[in-house]
Amino acid sequence: MDYMVLLYAILLMGIAGIILGVVIAAFVKLFRVKSDPRADLALELLPGANCGGCGRAGCADFAKALAAGEVSPANCPVSSSEQISAISIALGIDSGKVERKQAVVLCRSFIGEVRKMNYNGVQDCVAANMVAGGPGECRYGCLGLGTCARKCPFGAIEIIGQVAVVHRELCVGCGKCAAACPRGVIKMVPAEAEVHVYCHSPIKGAEKRKMCKAGCIGCGKCSRMLPDAVKMDGFLAQVDYESVTVLDQEAVSAVKCPVGCLLTADERLTAAYNKLEGRGDE
Amino acid sequence: MPTGRNLVLSSSPHLSTGANLRKIMGGVLFALLPAIIASVYFFGWRALLIIVVSALCCMAAEAIWCAMSGKVVWRTVGDLSAALTGVLLALCLPVSTPLYILPIGAILAIWLGKQVYGGLGNNPFNPALVARVGLLIALPAALTLWTPSRGMENGAYPERSIFFSEIDAVTCATPLGVAGITPKIVGKSVEAQRNFEHLSSREMLKKYFIGDRAGSLGETSVLALIIGYIILVALNLINWRVPLFFIGTVAVFTGIIHFFFPGVTPGPLFHVLNGGLFLGAVFMATDMVTSPITGTGCVIFAVGCGIVTSVIRIFGNYPEGVSFAILFMNALVPLIDRCCGHRPFGYVRRRKKAETDK
Amino acid sequence: MNKSSRNVMTFSGGIHPAGDGKDLSCRHAVRGAPILERYFVLLAENAGKPPVPVVKKGDKVKKYQLIARADGFVSANLHAPTSGEVGGIVEVPGPMGVPAAAIEIIADGEDRGDPPFDPIENWETVDPEILRQRVIDAGLVGMGGASFPCHVKLSPPADKKIDELILNGAECEPYLTADHRLMFEHPRKVARGAAIFGRILGVRRPVIGVEINKGDAIEALERFEDHFGVTVVPLKVRYPQGSEKQLINAITRRTVRSGGLPMDAGCVVQNVGTAAALSDAVMKGIPLVERIVTVTGDVVVSPGNWKLKIGTPAIEAVKLAGGVTEEPGKLIFGGPMMGFAQKSFQVPIAKNTSGILLLPTKLSVNYESSGCIRCGRCVQGCPMHLMPCLLSTAIEADRFDLAYQNHVMDCMECGSCAYVCPDHRPLVQNIRRAKAELRKQLANNGK
Repeated sequence: MDYMVLLYAILLMGIAGIILGVVIAAFVKLFRVKSDPRADLALELLPGANCGGCGRAGCADFAKALAAGEVSPANCPVSSSEQISAISIALGIDSGKVERKQAVVLCRSFIGEVRKMNYNGVQDCVAANMVAGGPGECRYGCLGLGTCARKCPFGAIEIIGQVAVVHRELCVGCGKCAAACPRGVIKMVPAEAEVHVYCHSPIKGAEKRKMCKAGCIGCGKCSRMLPDAVKMDGFLAQVDYESVTVLDQEAVSAVKCPVGCLLTADERLTAAYNKLEGRGDE
Repeated sequence: MPTGRNLVLSSSPHLSTGANLRKIMGGVLFALLPAIIASVYFFGWRALLIIVVSALCCMAAEAIWCAMSGKVVWRTVGDLSAALTGVLLALCLPVSTPLYILPIGAILAIWLGKQVYGGLGNNPFNPALVARVGLLIALPAALTLWTPSRGMENGAYPERSIFFSEIDAVTCATPLGVAGITPKIVGKSVEAQRNFEHLSSREMLKKYFIGDRAGSLGETSVLALIIGYIILVALNLINWRVPLFFIGTVAVFTGIIHFFFPGVTPGPLFHVLNGGLFLGAVFMATDMVTSPITGTGCVIFAVGCGIVTSVIRIFGNYPEGVSFAILFMNALVPLIDRCCGHRPFGYVRRRKKAETDK
Repeated sequence: MNKSSRNVMTFSGGIHPAGDGKDLSCRHAVRGAPILERYFVLLAENAGKPPVPVVKKGDKVKKYQLIARADGFVSANLHAPTSGEVGGIVEVPGPMGVPAAAIEIIADGEDRGDPPFDPIENWETVDPEILRQRVIDAGLVGMGGASFPCHVKLSPPADKKIDELILNGAECEPYLTADHRLMFEHPRKVARGAAIFGRILGVRRPVIGVEINKGDAIEALERFEDHFGVTVVPLKVRYPQGSEKQLINAITRRTVRSGGLPMDAGCVVQNVGTAAALSDAVMKGIPLVERIVTVTGDVVVSPGNWKLKIGTPAIEAVKLAGGVTEEPGKLIFGGPMMGFAQKSFQVPIAKNTSGILLLPTKLSVNYESSGCIRCGRCVQGCPMHLMPCLLSTAIEADRFDLAYQNHVMDCMECGSCAYVCPDHRPLVQNIRRAKAELRKQLANNGK
């Protein structure tokens, strides 16, 4: 008798399953949304990070635009060159050429180097910047509360000693961090650029020196030695990313920036870690 | 002269009331004191042992979780919310509960009921009730073994024979248990009706009110719980509407059923004074985290609790339905909150007019 | 005795700050201040376009002389607070935390100057247009809060009929007593100012709303009720009664629609300080160059009220109050509920600085939150009937759309919610962030 109960249950569930399956299948057939097979193909080949770095709402939107011929595969900042060529072959279109960008945080105000005031409230740069212009005397520097790091879909930004640092190997240049930063410290630069002036404050050197030991004092040494690649903008030296002169490690060591603002990205990262561990010589 | 060395930047306002979480939880614990004293009076010192061990277990469970997840242990444990959960959990267990059950309950309450959702404030369900229901379903035998209260053990207890079976004089039945089982044994007959009348005689109701009956530790003494309610309202720790509407709904609902079918269930006063209704209505349903925010929302929530409780009590398999009812309504709280939002200042009901003004 | 048995009015929601700190300063009469060496008159007001300087470095100025002219309609004139020499347009720490441009006046210590305008003794009969022009000339701004040029509120569009003029003497912010002392010591000025405002707007009987914790001020004002044709309305002690929309609701029971101005409800609200300044501008012909400032706080040696010239750095005000007993943990311009924390003691006071408040670290709220427990106290306290706890959780999850649906834009940042929050959540700061973000988004969508 008990076995019959078991049997009934199995039969009931089985039949119900078959009926529902048929219904679902029918609905799928009936209400199918026609999609572009080319867009589907492109979507499969895209990284799927939905970072928005291409300027579209996400990978699906980008795939649609690809299929419609509005953009070229190279507009995706995340895909590697192999992936891009795979997409262009699959869709039978030109892969296009777009200059790769990377984010750089133009500030190196490590804890103690700039007076960061006591701040009490929401741990978010945008919110903090709205309270009396943000904690800290320098109103151009990195706040270090990590809004950019949280926005980065690739985990490429790390807060080291209250200042954001970009890991170049992870950054794909989607630009989300630069859009999120309330102080505009993060700049999108060509991916080949290795050397940067790690300061963003245009105020006078002497005044800057009072509040921050890490800022560019505007001595102009770098722009004199490398006139093609570094330009002075008021009291602030800026690397001219448009220029054809590619700066490298040698150029940096030749200049010997008196405050150590002119650095390669790798040097910057190493220095940040060293300071965090107390090995800093500065 | 000030140098401005210590100036702190923060958004306005720069002042606050002295209130903090610890004071709120401490206030609720204080309001539970009458119920704790009553439980010790009616069930002996073992009641206190269970309450203390349960509170300690919950605090330990919280501490372990916080230590593992990298939270500041002293701060989370220090806000007394875990202790409160522990005490509440103990208060809805019978005095005969074996001690080994308490750590299990604590883990259920703190880990499954609270921390998996992200800690205090994010839990959709009342942690103490999650544990209590979990234990009730997993270990029904241990959790429904009712020990007679102080008065029942002395001879002069009215209707004594109803609660004690012939073969067992160590454990007994709760009034709700008797009321629930009666129609199943004798049917919806005149006999059942007579039995109900015995259960809700004036003398019995007095016993229920004072708390001299079998049941969970904290639920028996309605008097102590009413004192707790007054303390909570006076300290502005709960929304006063919830207990009132909860209990009121149960009274009305059971009253209607009793009026038309007196053989199905006892009268409203019996239902109101029995079971965990007062404990649930005053201390569980009013839990800030798991109840609606607005006054209207609280009324809807409380009425819902009352209806579900009554339905389970009268028609369900379990003699008691308060914990299920509260958990059920807890799940609906986000929805209630959504529907019962305030109309902000400066909005008129007639939408059209506001739009033409623009 | 029908005066004292008047209905005490209020609005719904709001909070009652216990221990409001007004005792520290409310019993001391307003004192004058010695002439300082330098004043820094801020060019950028909080609201409106900054005026254009009409003096340059090295110019000799007399007291009351125009030093910056209003630039456009929503802008106000600035006048020299004392006689001396212009030190130039300099950058000083501003009240919003970022450096701001200010005109430096190096005082010659003589403090001399003639009233630049003719007194209008017959203001009761003169053309309202002349009085309105005087408001513009004297550089009057709202002295209670946002420093909004005063004449803007006095020029309603033709289709808006104004039939209520309310003078805001609620002073609901804890600690501040500047308006209280003003109403108590100069009731005639305040009442006259109210009547002049009424004359400009064509309102027959202006009302002055005062909270009942300022009983002496109410009594003082009542003596001039009949003389100037104004009515004093006692209000319950409740924060934020001084907010325009709440004050209108408390006194007239009218509701200003969301996104609307008080004008839409036929009301205009002016601060009592502005009224007193208007009275001076009309009767004596002098522009707005000084105001009463409460210098107070639990670490101040002798708190009180001082009549300070616009442009006085905060540190000088603190010096007048005898300095501090311990290093303050917070310097606030305005009251503790809506005032702004400052970074520096060099920030000069502006026309809307009603108080300089120094709080010890232990008294100021510490925004360290472990999580909302949904107690609902913020919902009870919100005068705009919003649900700050839900807004805040939505904003923390970057759900600005949800916050918008729940009317975050109606928040006036009064701080009642964060004041009562037992978990010390930075509710107001979250809401501010959302409002800024949403304004940006709305502006983008509008393009």
